[in-house]
Amino acid sequence: MERAATAAEPLDDLLPAPVLSLQRAVRFGLIGGMAAVVVAAIGMVETFEARTLIDPFLALGLTTLYLASFTFGFVAGSPPPEREGFAKPKAGLRSLAAGAIAGVLAGVVLSAFMLLADAVNLRNIFVSVSPQLLELLTFGKGLGTGILLVLVVSTAVGVAGSAVHLIPAQVRRPIMYTVMWVLLVGLLQSVIEPVFRGLGLPSLIDVLYEEAGGLRLAGVVIVAAAVFLLSFFLGGKGRALQGRLDALPAQRRRSYISILLLVAAAIVYMIPRVVGPFLSEVLDLAGLYLLMALGLNIVIGYAGLLDLGYVAFFAVGAYTTAILTSPNSPRFTPEMTLWASLPFVVLAAALAGLLVGTPVLRMRGDYLAIVTLGFGEIARILLNSDALKETFGGAQGIINIPNMVIGPLTVRGPEVFFYPIFIFAILAGYVSLAIQNSRMGRAWMAMREDELVAETMGVNIVAAKLSAFVVGASLASIGGALFAVKVGSVFPSSFNIVVSITILVLIIVGGMGSVPGVTVGALALVALPELLREFNEYKFLMYGILLIFMMLKRPEGFIPSKRRALELHQDEVLQDAWLQIYGDEETGPQEEGV
Amino acid sequence: MTTATVGKKRASRLNFTNLFRWVVGSVAVVVIFYGSIKSVASGRLSWAQWRDLMVFGVAQGSVYALIAMGYTMVYGVLRFINFAHGEVFMSGAMIGYFVADALNRAGIWNEQPVVSLLIVLLVSMTTATSIAVILERVAYRPLRGAPRLIPLITSIGASFTLQYLFRGLFGAGTKAYPPMAAIQGKWIIFGIPILKSQVIVIGSAIVVMAGLYLFVEKTKTGRSMRAVAEDPETAALMGINVDGTIVKVFAVGGAMAGVAGALWTLVFPTVNFFSGFLPGIKAFTAAVLGGIGNIFGAMLGGVSLGMFESVGPSLVLGGYEVPAFNQLKDVVAFSALVLVLIFRPTGILGERLAQERG
Repeated sequence: MERAATAAEPLDDLLPAPVLSLQRAVRFGLIGGMAAVVVAAIGMVETFEARTLIDPFLALGLTTLYLASFTFGFVAGSPPPEREGFAKPKAGLRSLAAGAIAGVLAGVVLSAFMLLADAVNLRNIFVSVSPQLLELLTFGKGLGTGILLVLVVSTAVGVAGSAVHLIPAQVRRPIMYTVMWVLLVGLLQSVIEPVFRGLGLPSLIDVLYEEAGGLRLAGVVIVAAAVFLLSFFLGGKGRALQGRLDALPAQRRRSYISILLLVAAAIVYMIPRVVGPFLSEVLDLAGLYLLMALGLNIVIGYAGLLDLGYVAFFAVGAYTTAILTSPNSPRFTPEMTLWASLPFVVLAAALAGLLVGTPVLRMRGDYLAIVTLGFGEIARILLNSDALKETFGGAQGIINIPNMVIGPLTVRGPEVFFYPIFIFAILAGYVSLAIQNSRMGRAWMAMREDELVAETMGVNIVAAKLSAFVVGASLASIGGALFAVKVGSVFPSSFNIVVSITILVLIIVGGMGSVPGVTVGALALVALPELLREFNEYKFLMYGILLIFMMLKRPEGFIPSKRRALELHQDEVLQDAWLQIYGDEETGPQEEGV
Repeated sequence: MTTATVGKKRASRLNFTNLFRWVVGSVAVVVIFYGSIKSVASGRLSWAQWRDLMVFGVAQGSVYALIAMGYTMVYGVLRFINFAHGEVFMSGAMIGYFVADALNRAGIWNEQPVVSLLIVLLVSMTTATSIAVILERVAYRPLRGAPRLIPLITSIGASFTLQYLFRGLFGAGTKAYPPMAAIQGKWIIFGIPILKSQVIVIGSAIVVMAGLYLFVEKTKTGRSMRAVAEDPETAALMGINVDGTIVKVFAVGGAMAGVAGALWTLVFPTVNFFSGFLPGIKAFTAAVLGGIGNIFGAMLGGVSLGMFESVGPSLVLGGYEVPAFNQLKDVVAFSALVLVLIFRPTGILGERLAQERG
């Protein structure tokens, strides 16, 4: 209480606000410059430049390069943290100066790199540092003018980054949205074009896009206007709508919701028809990853068991399906249909889950990670080996897996395959959500927090751990079965450790334990690189950086589950609680003294 | 009432896992013994061949031991597995390659083999040390005191980042070290002909590990490392700079990985962006096998794992006439990891850490 009173006092006795230090700006400028150099040296700029965002002048390559200056200009210009007893720091000219310093330094580092690349042939070591790259970096104007331009552009971008802090918050949001959407619409040309064509609006394509790639200026204006108006008028209306829906009487609400569900189902039904085969293929892939990610989400997100060999269960599903259904599998001659084999697939995966789960029952988190990684590698090597060629086909894998047949219908082609994948993903999502609040789900979460306490409270740790492994493995195996049937063949090389890590990234970025988070993660991180070929080359690098970034800045993920976010920020909550107690104690003795 | 039920639960749990351990253990022992006896009795390999396999195993194992130092020391201090340590090792070997290549093209490589090898070693050490230190500063230091899975996941991210950063910078192709004439052929040591490269690897590993042992046991820095490993808070109260000591631990671990990177290329003269992964995992296995947190243990574990991996497939799998058993040598190594963690999570020399609550 007393604290609140002092905080509300007039501002006279506050010390002047802390100011931005030069050292900070210099540091971020140098880091930004190094980031830009790395982006250039790994060939990202050159590869990305092929994608034009806005027709005449803006392509993805240089945008990515100067994103470094922008970001670090933004960071350098951000006002220092508020300190108790000091006036609230405000963004001002100093922010702009900090942004400019960061921008200049980033430009200097980049220029130094350009000079070096010009003087020495770095190509023997850095494969991507080519004369073409240098030409791109100098804007094709020769080294001298080029360096000048780099310095000017980098400084301007750095200032622009820091200027973001000066824009009042109400305006900042619509502007940010507009810029983001314009860039996104430019980026996703290959997605938007077939969609418009599928919707029967081919004329709109010509208005928006240049034929050779990139948004037209008219397109930029249209997108910007649309987004700006929408965000201006609709901003915050979503919650109001939700509120109104909640306020309705139960029966009417139910009917509204069922209508909404019907509409959603109709839209989903239309999706593959509208987007065409290529996009459907990408969605299928994202759906398969989503299915696996939901399974791993149970193991990691709910039960807190870091399983790095998860791809093994996917492999068990795929290979069991292949062996049981394909006439080419050497060992089992009586072939089954997919549906007849599915129970065996799940059973096999559950057994595999037990097999992996039992030895690791008493291991702690980090050991568990390495051992499961070992299991994943063992599975892959065994599938690949000549020793078990009779069963698994060795490196040649198993081919000729028959198509999925539903009644009279043969499911063939990515557009049709979208439906079973979608249905299974929905089922998996439903199971995840239902299990989250079940007795088992609560037992998992208790175990994740503290095994000993959970056990004392009556949670059977053995059962909880094994069931997490079994449920997770079953979901992955269904993904594997769908994968095998979809591709029509299985090869050991598809079950690499990289798959396990990718699924881990989806979960971490989306939010551990959060079903919507995992869904968005799968769409953004699997579908996007698949759509934009040039991203594909760098996707694992981005995954790695994302993992570090998320753990450092947002361990609960972008769309966190409520409980998880609370746990991870427990320290802060605790600190606040401690402050309150401390505050009370402070007043306590005083009262006694009086 | 609660204590009784808890006691019962605990007893049943132990019974279940104990039963499992017992069954797996006896099966493993029977399988290993029967296979070994059969393959030795079959006489498929001569004594000289077994001996060569063993020497190769020791050479490979001493490199594992060097990498394992990094795992074990970092684990000892921070209680977390630095997953990216394999990539630290790879970075040393990778940058070393470019130096070796340049030396070769300048004609120094074969003219001055000792100087060249020393230069490569130095470059590899410097690279690996700097990468390890940067990693600590950027990725791990901000996470001190975070829940345990978080630094682990960060280190997985760091491992991925380093791999694909190196792939982007230096290309995806496998790079072959230039052959060095001076280390071809064999030396005869105690009447046993051994490949010169293997002698160099084993010899240097012994020297470096002895140096490390003296450093940790006898110097002031080493003592502060041990103090921080024992109890960071008390160490801080005693005036030890905990953060500084942790940086030194990472630096020493990185330097060891750098030495390992340079030596590894004498045995397997190729490197690519992924070549840190398997040695990294195996070195971790070695660290666990010997008892994590224990430097002697890491040496012992490394050499045992190297031997097991090189002799094991022929000895055990060969006895069952498994076709193409050499493909399965990594399975042997990983099975060793799983078996060790099931039966002796403490390792040969270690204390019980695998299940300790951090």
